[in-house]
Amino acid sequence: MEKKKVILDIRNVSVSFEQYERGFRKRKLPVIRSLDVTVHEGEMVAVVGSSGSGKSLLAHGILGILPYNASMSGEMLYDGAPLTKERQKALRGSEIALVPQSVAFLDPLMKIGPQIRKGKKDRASRERLNDIFRGYHLKEEVQEQYPFELSGGMNRRVLVSTALMGSPRLVIADEPTPGLHMDMVRRVMGHFRELADRGAGVLLITHDLEQALQVADRVVVFYSGMTVEDASVQDFQREETLRHPYTRALWRAMPENGLQFLPGTQPYVKDLPEGCPFGPRCEACTEECRREIPVRELRGGSVRCVHAT
Amino acid sequence: MWKKQVLFIGTQAVRMLLLTFFVSLAAFLLLSASPIDPLQANVGQAALGSLSQEQIEKLQAYWGVGVPPVERFLAWAGDFFRGDMGVSLLYRQPVAKVIGVKLMNSLWLMTMAWILSGAVGFVLGILAGIREGSILDRIIRGYSLLIASTPAFWLALVLLMVFAVWLKMLPIGLSVPIGMEAGGVTAMDRVRHAVLPAVTLSITGIAGITLHTREKMIEIMESDYVLFARARGESTYEIVKNHALRNVLLPALTLQFASISEIFGGSVLVEQVFSYPGLGQAAVTAGLGSDVPLLLGITVISALFVFGGNLTANLLYGIIDPRIRKGGAEI
Repeated sequence: MEKKKVILDIRNVSVSFEQYERGFRKRKLPVIRSLDVTVHEGEMVAVVGSSGSGKSLLAHGILGILPYNASMSGEMLYDGAPLTKERQKALRGSEIALVPQSVAFLDPLMKIGPQIRKGKKDRASRERLNDIFRGYHLKEEVQEQYPFELSGGMNRRVLVSTALMGSPRLVIADEPTPGLHMDMVRRVMGHFRELADRGAGVLLITHDLEQALQVADRVVVFYSGMTVEDASVQDFQREETLRHPYTRALWRAMPENGLQFLPGTQPYVKDLPEGCPFGPRCEACTEECRREIPVRELRGGSVRCVHAT
Repeated sequence: MWKKQVLFIGTQAVRMLLLTFFVSLAAFLLLSASPIDPLQANVGQAALGSLSQEQIEKLQAYWGVGVPPVERFLAWAGDFFRGDMGVSLLYRQPVAKVIGVKLMNSLWLMTMAWILSGAVGFVLGILAGIREGSILDRIIRGYSLLIASTPAFWLALVLLMVFAVWLKMLPIGLSVPIGMEAGGVTAMDRVRHAVLPAVTLSITGIAGITLHTREKMIEIMESDYVLFARARGESTYEIVKNHALRNVLLPALTLQFASISEIFGGSVLVEQVFSYPGLGQAAVTAGLGSDVPLLLGITVISALFVFGGNLTANLLYGIIDPRIRKGGAEI
């Protein structure tokens, strides 16, 4: 694939929460510790991590809408320049769009049409929305309905429509297909693929590796708040082309590869092992793994493992 | 759909009847259990001593002394059911008429307090809830907690002292100027006399409405749909205008109609302090003077008002909330 322009570049980003424990002692809880993701124009990158690993916070962090008790550090570049608070404010909703998980993210008391138009009533916005709806085969009457009236199939298309009111160059889809039929998942994923093919960068945040492999170009694997591997989708055709032991474990757990599950669970952020977080579950774990492990480039991707070759 | 509505009306009617019955029964039982001797309370100990046995018996008959409570209650209930609320023993006028006059005085006061506390409480609650923990929020919440823990009668006394005694801006009590002919009383006079009681009532009412609205508002501002609105670039102002207001309005409306009961309750104390001749004061007089028909009448009317308030809230919810209106969900 020819190299396209980098739209989003996230380097060594961490997000932590301030928590009070036992009275008034404050404590920082690092939910995301070291995350690296790069998204090019026209590319669909999937960030895959298990549920509850703080993936949504990544989306909120990029948009600058983290809750007040969360803080973020690291480097975020959008379109070549640092993504400051001011830029986030200006870009969200116009160039950077979020597609949420479900209609629960829509105001239950506001009609669909006005809601997607953010209350705007001018002709241009109306026509734009009508165009988008036609593109997704949504009837114009749907604009007059409330979120609770939508059927399961419609509400995904409505949610994707919200992204298109601006002219998004980066679309962040946060777990967009929970509890959906495989058929439906394919269709929704198709919508995102379409956005990427039209030139936008798409960051798909999901816990479902198989789903990601069907549509994405690249997969970033997330373990216990850290990026452990960045691989192209082709690398997932064989186990040998994968780099990190965890990614290989994920690969083996896929139905077509034998459904072999790795025992154990991801460590909770409060009691992380030193060095590689995957160490305790890794067969190849040695003394070297107890130290901090840097990300390194390997065979066109990157990996956070000293043993990977 | 029709069947549902008939069922709804039927249930509400039964509820209302049961409520009326139990409230009046409770009030009656309390009153008959009270140690007040109607003769001593209304004629006076000294006067009672100078009366002949015959006169005393006549008075006892008038106040219903010696008649078994069950019989008295049934007699009252039977008349009430036929639409006759009886004659007030103290005012010697039909209860309906007494309540009518007193209610008009109070209603005016309570409406003023109700609207004022609702509007101010709503606005303060929203301002506080937009950003939890902001300075504005802390000030508003502190004020509300302070007021909520202040007894209404004490606040009434303070306001009375400041505005009527020291500043002499407003009259000290009653609903019309003292010693003025009824014909000479202007509307302005009535307003001036209602200001202090109404303000007292609404100040205490504001606290509750503010705190509740604030709570709802915080919940809304932390909701997923507000988060998404923010993700779509809406400013705080747009979020409040587009989403928060319409979502906070429903609970606020329910609260507003449910607060009728508090205003009613508060008016008893406040009217007492300001010697305002309203329903609350009449209730106190009736209670202390063993005026059973009047007290029961007032109790039932107040209960109906509160019931009506809650029912209105329910109905409005059904009209305003599209999830109920269009979805056909149960009210």
